[in-house]
Amino acid sequence: MLRFALLRTLSAIPTLLLVIVVAFIMVHAAPGGPFADERVLPPGTASNLAAAYHLDESLPHQFWRYLSGLARGDLGPSYHYRDYTVAELIGNAVPVSLLLGALSMVLALLIGGAAGIAAALRRNTWFDRGITAIAMTGISIPVFVVAPLFVLIFAVWLQWLPASWSGGVGVQRLVLPVIALALPQVAYIARLVRGSLIEVLSSDFIRTARAQGLSTSSILRYHALKPALMPLVSYLGPAAAAVLTGAVVVESIFGIPGLGQLFLQSGLNRDYTLVLGIVIFYAVLVILLNLLVDLAYGVLDPRIRGR
Amino acid sequence: MTGIAESGRRRLHESRTVRGSAAVLAIIALAALLGPLISPHDYRDTNFDARLLPPALADLRLFGSDDLGRDLFVRTMSGTRVTLLVAVVASFVSLVIGVAYGAIAGYAGGTIDAAMMRLVDALYALPFIFLVILLMVAFERNFLLIFVAIGAINWLDMARIVRGQTLALKEREFVDAARLIGVSPGVILFRHITPNLLGIVVVYLTLTIPQAVLVESFLSFLGLGVQEPATSLGALVNNGVAHLERTPWLLLLPATLLAVMLLAFNFLGDGLRDVLDPRQHPQ
Repeated sequence: MLRFALLRTLSAIPTLLLVIVVAFIMVHAAPGGPFADERVLPPGTASNLAAAYHLDESLPHQFWRYLSGLARGDLGPSYHYRDYTVAELIGNAVPVSLLLGALSMVLALLIGGAAGIAAALRRNTWFDRGITAIAMTGISIPVFVVAPLFVLIFAVWLQWLPASWSGGVGVQRLVLPVIALALPQVAYIARLVRGSLIEVLSSDFIRTARAQGLSTSSILRYHALKPALMPLVSYLGPAAAAVLTGAVVVESIFGIPGLGQLFLQSGLNRDYTLVLGIVIFYAVLVILLNLLVDLAYGVLDPRIRGR
Repeated sequence: MTGIAESGRRRLHESRTVRGSAAVLAIIALAALLGPLISPHDYRDTNFDARLLPPALADLRLFGSDDLGRDLFVRTMSGTRVTLLVAVVASFVSLVIGVAYGAIAGYAGGTIDAAMMRLVDALYALPFIFLVILLMVAFERNFLLIFVAIGAINWLDMARIVRGQTLALKEREFVDAARLIGVSPGVILFRHITPNLLGIVVVYLTLTIPQAVLVESFLSFLGLGVQEPATSLGALVNNGVAHLERTPWLLLLPATLLAVMLLAFNFLGDGLRDVLDPRQHPQ
């Protein structure tokens, strides 16, 4: 197990380096420097600015400087918010995004898992078909359609909940964003769990358990549920990535001052260091989550470790 | 062989899901193609005397007009054109990359295969969409770039599936026969194996297109995709959000069309997979 964990951890490093290199090159190959579209500066000021931000060095030099800063957790200064470092800006935005993302994932796992299990146990009934159809709809309709519809129905027409982050307090303002963000994941998870539980329930060892006279509930609890939920564990990585992507939209629709909105804003401001910093932050997060999922899978399913 | 094809065709004919969703998509495509030709309005024409009109039959303003007085029906149809075009071309890009990559990896086998697939695994772990946003920010929302960027995300699934199929195909007798009479590996791969991948590739293409639709409208929604006065469904939804409270149809009409289109694509892909490739999907 230790060898497996070590190998998996080491194999995440090249992936991470790849992202950093690609993102760095993209940002630096972009036409126009960070100060290009401001008013014309006197030549002395322009070169001083470039020197202050080390833009006069060669690209490999700049990359090395960036990488060694990164190792110390230093992502450089923001080009747009002049008094802040990128790390500070990210640090300020992360907590609210984390809350939003974590609540959505928990909600998706609970509701999606329950719906999937219920549908699998009532296979081919109207209930199952209903869940399947709803899940298909949930998968197909993107977050940026669901979220505005929620605002329209629950905030504008019914006036039950605030339409934006600044228009409410406490739990109230979390409800719509969390549900909108969770919905596609609820649908995916319901489909995934339904399919895998049906497959497990039709396998030989369950038939044996049934032949021995075990009740459906103890078959589920002791035999069927664990293997049926294994695919769910490996879906957690992609799910987290999807929630991060969805959060960009949800945060911008509800005006939540999180990482997603900061990312969009910094893109529109052409704040290259900030964009680069956030992309790398996202990449680290996603790669780390995938690593954790892999390790959890190794713990839960010993067959994987040998590979 | 003909037996399988025949039963496949029969099942295709019987599948209500496939026929229904194909019909819905055909209607949408036709409307997107013909709508702007029939309507007296142009998608670019602003008219400040006709701003934010509600949908009406008069003057053929079926969807009303937007905040600049542009006809929303024509804009929605032209946006659908753009969305579909981007999605189809991007899917084609991912198809070419995915099939070539997967077929080469599967046919080469051994270390080359292992290394190529390890790269795919590594790329799966990347948050691609953020790199695409970065690309869009850095390079001024180039229209061509959208195709390439979306295609570059979506080829991974295709590569995996094609590789699996190629592994099975290369053990078949006709490949042995070709090798025996001295056909070169490249010719075997692209003349003999690739055509046999067609069925499965078509099925997965119908599932790749809605993904590309989704990415394109996501980027346009964020203002990083298609630029004004041209439009796409995502950009229209975004504009609808800005006028949510007083003129909800600006959101509802394009959003509904986008949702119906995505639903139809997903049902079509699922239905085709059930019909043509029952093994992938036992339930």
